[in-house]
Amino acid sequence: MTEAARGDVDVDGAGIAVSLREVTKTYDNGVMALGPIDLQVRKGELVSLLGPSGCGKSTALRIIAGLEAPTSGTVRIGSRVVNDVEAKDRDVSMVFQTYALYPHMSVQRNIEFPLKSRGMPRDERATRVREAARGLGLEGLLDRKPAQLSGGQRQRVALARAIVRRPAAFLMDEPLSNLDAKLRVQTRAELIELHRRLAATVVYVTHDQVEAMTMGDRIAILDRGVLQQIGPPQAVYDEPANLFVAQFIGSPSMNTIGARVVADSEAVAVELPGARIMLPAPTGAAVARAGADDVVLGVRPEHVRIDGGQLPATVSVVESLGHERHVVCRLDDGTMVIVREAADASPARAGDAVGLSVPSEHLHVFDAGSGRRVAV
Amino acid sequence: MREAGLAYALVLPSLVVFGAFIFYPFVRNFYLGFFRTPPFPGLPKKGVGLTQYREVLTSHDFLNSVKVTVLFAVYTVPTGIAAGLGLAVLAHQKLRGIGIYRTIFSSTVATSVAVASVIFGTLLNPNVGLLPWLGLQTNPSILQNPSWALLAVAITTIWQNLGLSFILMSSGLQAIPDELLEAAQIDGAGAWSRFRNVIVPLLSPTIFFAVVVGSIFAFQSFGQIELLTQGGPTKHTNVLTYFIYTTLQQQQDDGKAAVLAIALFGITLLLTLVQMRLLERRVFYAR
Amino acid sequence: MRGEAGVTEGRPVRRRFAIVARYALLTVLAAIVLFPVYMAVVGSLLKTEQITSRPPTMLPTHPTWDSYSTAWSAGHLATYLRNSAIVAVIITCGQVVTAILAGYAFAFLEFPFRRTLFVVFIATLMVPFEVTIITNLNTIVSLHWYNTYAGLTVPFLATGFGAFLLRQAFLGIPRDLQDAAALDGYGHLRFMTRVAVPLARPAIAALAVFGFLSAWNQYLWPLLITKNDQLRTVQIGLRQLRATSIEQVNVTLAGVVLAALPLVVLLVVFQKQLVRGLTAGAVKG
Repeated sequence: MTEAARGDVDVDGAGIAVSLREVTKTYDNGVMALGPIDLQVRKGELVSLLGPSGCGKSTALRIIAGLEAPTSGTVRIGSRVVNDVEAKDRDVSMVFQTYALYPHMSVQRNIEFPLKSRGMPRDERATRVREAARGLGLEGLLDRKPAQLSGGQRQRVALARAIVRRPAAFLMDEPLSNLDAKLRVQTRAELIELHRRLAATVVYVTHDQVEAMTMGDRIAILDRGVLQQIGPPQAVYDEPANLFVAQFIGSPSMNTIGARVVADSEAVAVELPGARIMLPAPTGAAVARAGADDVVLGVRPEHVRIDGGQLPATVSVVESLGHERHVVCRLDDGTMVIVREAADASPARAGDAVGLSVPSEHLHVFDAGSGRRVAV
Repeated sequence: MREAGLAYALVLPSLVVFGAFIFYPFVRNFYLGFFRTPPFPGLPKKGVGLTQYREVLTSHDFLNSVKVTVLFAVYTVPTGIAAGLGLAVLAHQKLRGIGIYRTIFSSTVATSVAVASVIFGTLLNPNVGLLPWLGLQTNPSILQNPSWALLAVAITTIWQNLGLSFILMSSGLQAIPDELLEAAQIDGAGAWSRFRNVIVPLLSPTIFFAVVVGSIFAFQSFGQIELLTQGGPTKHTNVLTYFIYTTLQQQQDDGKAAVLAIALFGITLLLTLVQMRLLERRVFYAR
Repeated sequence: MRGEAGVTEGRPVRRRFAIVARYALLTVLAAIVLFPVYMAVVGSLLKTEQITSRPPTMLPTHPTWDSYSTAWSAGHLATYLRNSAIVAVIITCGQVVTAILAGYAFAFLEFPFRRTLFVVFIATLMVPFEVTIITNLNTIVSLHWYNTYAGLTVPFLATGFGAFLLRQAFLGIPRDLQDAAALDGYGHLRFMTRVAVPLARPAIAALAVFGFLSAWNQYLWPLLITKNDQLRTVQIGLRQLRATSIEQVNVTLAGVVLAALPLVVLLVVFQKQLVRGLTAGAVKG
């Protein structure tokens, strides 16, 4: 899995469990739900599909599952093209947000259900169900009906039903979103353990960036049907490919400040409201190469410092979270900049005039027009 | 597409039944109406175009039949609903053993038209019946009496439908949130005021609905007429459906019966359209 | 304060009176509703000669079951009841099956003309059966189904109402369940029998009870297409019984009680389904 976490390697064939190639989905009413999308999930890897609601992540999952047909493109499970293969024959199992347990069947029968349709002998079925139930701590609940279970138990039954088939890939559609906050954190950890133990290939859809970051070997960020970036969580966090990713990942989200590029023969600088910042040489070179006049500077809240730096600002709100503080500042033109500080840092107060500084190695530069990352 | 094939296979059994026993006979009525049945069997039928429609629909017998049917509906529908509503309101209270009363009030659901008619026919029988003995006596006897026969049939029908009416009104009543009635009580409304100002307005969709459905049923009433009065005396209870039946069975006049059937359909359609309008209103109330 | 004391004294008495008054009213009304049935039961327990006695007998002091055995065998009630049961069961099963199939198609399948076909199904509700009897009688005769169970049942084996009711019930099944079943390896037919139908049981029960009730109570159609006691249903049988035992009202009334009894049992056992079916059935129009 550490191998898998290295980055987006675009290879076909061996080692790939699920692959989407140039897949699009346009609905009958003309709405394009999914742009051409390419995605390779390696065997044993957990890839999170992350994005706001309506970004196409569930559509992508349903296309992999075979519940929806792509308008164009190729879907592979393993090395097999499955575009014309029915859902039941794709060797994938799915965990639904609503769990989709059959309310009239006991836990035992729910878990057994996918095996029955495949004509597996009774003994083997029983063994498999027992195994799955043991693995998820459901042994005592096998005779109950879903209505008699708690939310967390139902969730585990849904997982057991998915596991019992030993599919080539697990598809999970926001499986934790119906749990309360505490249970969610706990189940998240259990899911990670399960994924490791089974060395299972998982495509995991979520709108929760924390979930995506903590669970995914890689995360794929979608917006409006288009894949924005795919990579290991830390890489995506450190080097967001564009403004959307930059702002979607991280909480509080990345500060963005509009700026003008001022280049002379020596160096490249950017002009911010109330300050001019020299860019370090490699960054400056990249900006110069891009030839953009207007850029957007991005800087994560934890990288801004209130230290009497050259960027003038006024503190407007201080939010204390106990272990840390979020200081909301406004630049001269009203742009909001959030500073994240340790709880014991020098106390700023609302109304204070302060100077902010931004280490240039933590400065992200985006093209103002396209939103694309310009440098480093 | 396979899914489409399966879908057609699934709706096919129903469609075959509908086609053979609803749509085909329905459409054929219009065709049959163009032909006059000869006075003696064996002679060829004679196509007369719209003449038969005009004759039948303006005939004294038809207009009388419509009048009788409307009158029958007027006798049975409002009274039946009022009785059901009254019983439903009375039974809608928390009293020990109220379930027994509810069961009794809905019990006539278990009776059929034939059961109700035979019982009432016996009760009204001038020789053995209880009601004549109690002084409810007319000359000629009730079911042979032009001014009483339809009323007697109507009462039989009201009784037979009472259970259904009660159940309908009860479930409408149960849909009214208790808080509304409690609020009215706290506001100082007396029982009558609560009935008039809260229950009836909130139940009005159910009531309108019951009026329309009840009227449609009333226009299809047949068994009680056939068992109690055979349309008599002198066609005073000759409701439309019974008229169709005798035209078909006794006169063997398919053409005329078909025109009458079309008329029955027309009236039902009218009532259904009214119902649709009311259902829209029902949605409005439900919000 | 003084006034309040008066209220606390007066209230229990007034309240108790109000409760007694309510029971009294309910009991009187219940008696009125039950009166015709009571008289029928009493009449059925009398001897033939007691029937015409004046004043009429209100309490059967020496009840006799003679009229029941007469109605049962000589009056053919046994045959009539059997016929009614056969006819009602066939119609009920037919309606349930066709409604499940069609309701499933409308709820779960995509196909061309789905909306149009659904309108066609609903349109059947607008045609009263009485309107179709002329040609139906011809059809049944030419199929040689006159005076047969087929003639009594086939025209009623499908209803638009049933398809509509079950479509609604099926639409209440979460889409995720259907998707899960598809992934679990279940095609439409198996999803229908193993998931959709079990989950729609309340609606199916309501439809079955409603269908049975309507079939059992049919009058016009069995009257038109049966000609002898071998095929007559109990409703037409009552008519026959009354005609053949004019002088024996007690026998007729015994027949009435026997004819009503199955539905009384049905009402008691399936009260909930019946209520649901009737209130849904009222939508039928």
